[in-house]
Amino acid sequence: MGQSRVPVKGPSREAFEAEPAEVSAGQPAPRISAPARESIAAILSPELLERAQAGDHGAFAEIYFLHKRRIYSLCLRMLGNPAEAEDMTQEAFLQLHRKIATFRGESAFSTWLHRLAINVVLMRLRKKGLLLISLDEAMEPTTEERPGRSFGEDDLSLAGAIDRLALQRAINDLPAGYRLIFVLHDIEGYEHNEIADMLECSIGNSKSQLHKARLKLRDALRVHPRGEGQR
Amino acid sequence: MSEETKSMRCAEFQAQLPELIGSGASAAEHPHVKECNLCRELLESLEAIAEAARQLFPEVEPPENLWENIELAIKNKK
Repeated sequence: MGQSRVPVKGPSREAFEAEPAEVSAGQPAPRISAPARESIAAILSPELLERAQAGDHGAFAEIYFLHKRRIYSLCLRMLGNPAEAEDMTQEAFLQLHRKIATFRGESAFSTWLHRLAINVVLMRLRKKGLLLISLDEAMEPTTEERPGRSFGEDDLSLAGAIDRLALQRAINDLPAGYRLIFVLHDIEGYEHNEIADMLECSIGNSKSQLHKARLKLRDALRVHPRGEGQR
Repeated sequence: MSEETKSMRCAEFQAQLPELIGSGASAAEHPHVKECNLCRELLESLEAIAEAARQLFPEVEPPENLWENIELAIKNKK
């Protein structure tokens, strides 16, 4: 398991298998904000976009191949299920095909497509009732989730390293709404106001749900009892 | 550091934590965190999880036949 661990504190490890993060020793991986993503996302030439908007199938295919990894990966992170991610990627590109002529360039194309894909996933989760349930839960903390539960009881904290497989599993096991906000904020880099807008909830709700998602992950990952009492 | 801050209990601090973290302020600089090991550890754990998660999901390729399915669906809808 040694290869699958990252240090809890201190330098971020560069080696993460398929795509090593470009992180300097001693520096945490930079958080990429939504606007910053525009500059590093696949750049689409205006000509290619114009051709696709005019109905050129070859140009649309090229756009698909430029963006498929990013969109499929986004769906996979949000849903945690490859088959559903595949369905939603297909739905996102079908919607793109229908709507591409309406893209007016107010934002970067990649940002627009990213939001379109997120909306497709959100719509699916709403249809399944998963999003509503989770958001309602977030409004009313359960006893298990009350803020003060981290002390005075069985205080446990993370050991010196996080097992990335365990973390991945824990993220996949999060209730849909928690996973969504965690992925959108902590992985995709959206701000709370953007998430609140997408999920049609308050900014406070977004913050609260993200916090609970992190607490749930911590609960799933923590291993060693510390035995400190309430202050 | 005020008496009020000193006496702030963990529950009170943790209730404020989502807002504090969400505001972008450095929660580690909060006076309560400086004097409370438990809340400092909690905060460090949460930050570590967020940090590890950011590096967790590399982009992956969708199945190869996905484009064929999309093309077929486009053709059928025409």
